[in-house]
Amino acid sequence: MTKNSWQSTASKDVIIERALMLKNIRAFFDAHSVIEVETPLLSHYSTTDPHLNSLRSSFREQTCYLNASPEYAMKRLLAECQQAIYQICKAFRDDELGQYHNPEFTMLEWYRPGYDLLQLMEELAALIETLCRNTTIEPGFEYLSYQQAFEKVTGFNPHQITSSECYQFAVSNNIEIPQGLTAIDEVDDWLDWLLTQRVLPAFKKDGFTFLYDYPASQCALARIESNAEQVAVAKRFELFFGELELANGFFELTDADEQLRRFQQENQRRIQAGKEVAGIDENFIAALVHGLPDCSGVAVGLDRLLMTLSRTKAIDQVLSFSWDRA
Amino acid sequence: MATYSTNQFKNGLKIILDGDPCSITENNVVKPGKGQAFNKVKAKNLRTGRVLERTFKSTESVEAADVDEMNVEYLYSDGEAWHFMEPTSFEQYAADAVAVGDAVKWIKGQEVCVMTLWDGSPLAITPPNFVELAVAQTDPGLKGDTAQGATKPATLETGTEVKVPLFINEGDILKIDTRNGEYVSRA
Repeated sequence: MTKNSWQSTASKDVIIERALMLKNIRAFFDAHSVIEVETPLLSHYSTTDPHLNSLRSSFREQTCYLNASPEYAMKRLLAECQQAIYQICKAFRDDELGQYHNPEFTMLEWYRPGYDLLQLMEELAALIETLCRNTTIEPGFEYLSYQQAFEKVTGFNPHQITSSECYQFAVSNNIEIPQGLTAIDEVDDWLDWLLTQRVLPAFKKDGFTFLYDYPASQCALARIESNAEQVAVAKRFELFFGELELANGFFELTDADEQLRRFQQENQRRIQAGKEVAGIDENFIAALVHGLPDCSGVAVGLDRLLMTLSRTKAIDQVLSFSWDRA
Repeated sequence: MATYSTNQFKNGLKIILDGDPCSITENNVVKPGKGQAFNKVKAKNLRTGRVLERTFKSTESVEAADVDEMNVEYLYSDGEAWHFMEPTSFEQYAADAVAVGDAVKWIKGQEVCVMTLWDGSPLAITPPNFVELAVAQTDPGLKGDTAQGATKPATLETGTEVKVPLFINEGDILKIDTRNGEYVSRA
């Protein structure tokens, strides 16, 4: 503990910039007739996502979890209200700490009934354009499919590559291979690694890039559809500023049976990875059975967006009290 | 064999990399949005002092290095080894020239040093930040030379040469900063 550890890790300017950002986001959604909602931060359920670890708490000696994302609860509201909703809330994730990660962070999430993936990307771009006013950021947006982005810098089609081909590619291109990543690992682990090593560094340094139509195996809660070449892709996008991921969006899966099957598969992968099996949120599945409108939804990491707007280099610089001072 | 998982990584954690004990100096999570996370680590090799960079697939395990640090008193050298004593247990340790390294330039006996042990054997010796040593030899300063910052070489009782102000004489006791090898003041 240092002498100044009672003080904020953010400057006063950035603290003011955050207040302005939140005000402008609320004004944007108010003008677009999207209503603000609140859902529980503390839940009986964690997430089945094999790459996320929920933080756990307890209520009357019963384990409960801090939400890793408000997605399930917001979709329950969506099934009931059938109208556009947004939320600004905290989300919590274990093991995530570093230059761009804090175990507790602020998320903006919204859902648009009737929107497809492109319409939602355009609305996100419009929101960011609004927020870039009076900053030094020039809001320009590139749209690249996952396949285009990989083909441009690696020459291979990510929808057809295997793990051992990725391994060969890394070896022949002198790309560092992380300890523990082998030719028999899942191809998605390799694609994630090559994305960080080759694809993201080729993105425009001082601009925004939408990466969309992910491999079907990385669908998470997105629908799978055929692209123009009749390859099944996940209707999912991520938004980056330079190499920094800011948002993740889906053309939302509404099929309850398919959703349940994916949760069970994810739990299988958790078992293989030696992680605890996550209870499946039956209320969420029941809401899908009741009927989720066709919709797209997106989650934006507001701390990272504020880093972009304020041109700061570490998440600590935009948090009042980062983890080591929390 | 004790191991650490990547989610236990933090600064100062001692792990084995390339067969040598290393201390983590930087640990960053690399994650392209959803999906597999990786840990990008910088670590200092405690034997060579070199800094390594390494990436791990998250949840990977790495062998733990059994590294301890303790305060010890320097006793004497027999020419081949340097002998140190832990002052509460009186246990003695013999460190070789590699482990003692540059510390040999600053210690003459009775200094309290930090000894780094790996699997119970001395790996490195860190001398106190400041030591007091007598000047064994130096040329007399020129009378009337008052130029600011002018220095001359002086050989200390340990045989080490340092730059000192012109007014320093043989037999003076000097305070030296061992981290940069610079004269601080007369003791």
